[in-house]
Amino acid sequence: MPEVLMPRLSDTMVEGVLSQWLKHEGDQVAKGDLLAVIETDKAAMEMEAYDEGVLSKILVQEGQSVPIGTPIAVIGGGAGAPVTAERGPAGPPSASAAAGQPGTVPSPAAVAPSAATPTQTGAAATPAAASAAQPGRTSPLARRVAREHGIDLAGLAGSGPGGRIVRADVEDAVRRLGVAGPAPGVTAPPPGVTAPTLPAQPTTASTDADEVQLSAVRRITAQRLTESAREAPHFYLTVEVNADDLLAFRAQANESGASDVRISVTDLLIRASAVALAAHPEANASWAGDRILRHRRVNIGIAVAVDDGLVVPVICDADNKTLTEIAREARELTGRARSRRLAPDDYAGGTFTISNLGMYGIQQFTAVINPPQAAILAVGAAIRKPVVRGDQVAIATTMALTLSIDHRVLDGATGAAFLGTLKTLIESPLRIVL
Amino acid sequence: MTTVTYRQALHDTLRAEMLRDEDIFLIGEEIGVFEGSYKITAGLLAEFGPRRVRDTPIAEEGFTGMAIGAAMLGLRPVVEIMTINFSLLAIDQIINNAAKLRAVSGGQVRVPMVIRTPGGGGQQLSATHSQNLEVFYAHVPGLKVVAPSTPADAKGLLASAIRDDDPVLVLENLALYNTRGEVPDGEHVTEIGQAGVLREGSDITLIGYSRAAVIALGVARRLEADGISAEVIDLRSLRPLDRDTICASVRKTSRAVIIEDDWLSYGIGAEVAATVQEGAFDYLDAPVRRVAAAEVPLPYAKPLELAALPDAGALTRVIQETLRATGFGR
Repeated sequence: MPEVLMPRLSDTMVEGVLSQWLKHEGDQVAKGDLLAVIETDKAAMEMEAYDEGVLSKILVQEGQSVPIGTPIAVIGGGAGAPVTAERGPAGPPSASAAAGQPGTVPSPAAVAPSAATPTQTGAAATPAAASAAQPGRTSPLARRVAREHGIDLAGLAGSGPGGRIVRADVEDAVRRLGVAGPAPGVTAPPPGVTAPTLPAQPTTASTDADEVQLSAVRRITAQRLTESAREAPHFYLTVEVNADDLLAFRAQANESGASDVRISVTDLLIRASAVALAAHPEANASWAGDRILRHRRVNIGIAVAVDDGLVVPVICDADNKTLTEIAREARELTGRARSRRLAPDDYAGGTFTISNLGMYGIQQFTAVINPPQAAILAVGAAIRKPVVRGDQVAIATTMALTLSIDHRVLDGATGAAFLGTLKTLIESPLRIVL
Repeated sequence: MTTVTYRQALHDTLRAEMLRDEDIFLIGEEIGVFEGSYKITAGLLAEFGPRRVRDTPIAEEGFTGMAIGAAMLGLRPVVEIMTINFSLLAIDQIINNAAKLRAVSGGQVRVPMVIRTPGGGGQQLSATHSQNLEVFYAHVPGLKVVAPSTPADAKGLLASAIRDDDPVLVLENLALYNTRGEVPDGEHVTEIGQAGVLREGSDITLIGYSRAAVIALGVARRLEADGISAEVIDLRSLRPLDRDTICASVRKTSRAVIIEDDWLSYGIGAEVAATVQEGAFDYLDAPVRRVAAAEVPLPYAKPLELAALPDAGALTRVIQETLRATGFGR
């Protein structure tokens, strides 16, 4: 009886939130039917069924987040009513349906222990699910440790696949119940059965704070930026550019009617950065642990704020696209990002990132690098201010561009050369499109 | 200790044993003038002459039968079968004569013969020349089957096989011939029936043999960086199987993953998994998992061949699933 597993929908996905079930317990399911909506670190995606049968048990409720590979539902072979699970959240597969369907082709994701017979993929054997699972499956080791500590298994929830009680669950109970140790006369557990040391539990919220559960996007944003801030030695270069010509150029382009979509400052910066990166391939790079990868394609990511985090859709080959193409694509991607409909391809393969907070009036800021890329460009607001021109004070519109650089990949002089090219392009914007 | 290739270790051991005992002779296809398809017998015809290094026609059943007869009469033949795939042509001689004569003669006859033969895929030799048929022989009482994964074991196990008074199949591996490792100088004999613990660990037991043991060791080293302590068992001997070492390890770690180059069904891994549940049932915290080749005739095309063979990635994934299923690190 196939278990449905939390799929891996993107390279960076570690766990997924079951945001919505599109089928209910007892529903007939055909291969290819949409089963559920899964929220990954980047997007919400619909998930298809790989097996057919009756959705006999939902193991993960809407709103719950579980690691990839975790069983989220059971599709039973026969027609029949949903089976009541003995324990949640991940109850055992139903006992009513007959033995696993012979010849079921496991999907690529079904390398985990599941019911499918292991005849087809071969890469790894999958233990067949017990054809008649007892209420409350327990690993032999868990049973033995429970016996030694006098723990009643009936009261325990299992955290293993299909709700199996494993040693860790019994040991949790031992700690919780304060059971001192094996009953006298019972042999001590072998060396491997000692309690693992646990990380400190986060303290529960006091009355002064509200707990906010992490969404998948928030969690991944936190993980990746922490990794970047911890591992990439950042340094920052700031240059002030005169934006008068850029803004005039943009106004002219939009008024000319030459483009069916309005060109934004960000679009111009995407194109300018791409042209500058093509001229400085050493900056279009990423850190790969024991070597540096210089990317042949120039793929520019744009940081987009969404409700609960940050996503970075990517415009591929931006150095080979026209401004209009970039503007159209950027608008499309930004819209999809805000409505959480980005597909994995939309945010894969970025080689450089632009973060623009100019529209919020931020004059200048430094951004955390989007790993494993070598650099990120932080764009400040276009501000009219006095500047010195020759011996005169004049009024000009300026923008501060700050490049955050991973020093493992790039050095100051290289970063400065790239920024110099970018400044030249922005200050004579015809070069951006030529 | 001297660092040599697996190939060199086999060659040097053959030569040393031939110098030690004049009753030892080599027989097989292309082993003399051509010096062996994989050059294990390089230089031996020149050194020992055609009486002790016999080239044969392409007739596996014939020369295997000749070797059995010679062994019955007191010589110690070392047969080279070019690859284990060709042993199918001699399988009746091996199973019905070599393996059984001692028993059916009431102990009047011994067959002190060695069959050396490489198995394994990954060389783009396609479906019929890339098989792992050792399980056919490991299934049969009366035979011993050893499978060295390192140059040191190649030396120790081949020497033991040659000195054994019963027939021993020495499974070599095409993908290992060029691997290097330290080999003890001088006399070095590895007991047949004794598995090796390549690496001690406490969190999970990885079990393999031949090339798969090498993969398991590499994965175990990488997992250490993630704080996972994996014990690696190299079976070394498929028959007799060292069940004690396997079970002792799983009793310590409570988790086991088996990797084998062979197809999954009815494989060596199945025997190991059964051994674990018989000998360490009360210590298991998760099902024993197996990583094996896809159940297809091995494709010739390189990407398909690679996809069909088990690798470090597949093993790592199954290890992680096993750890996750038992709340490891929670």
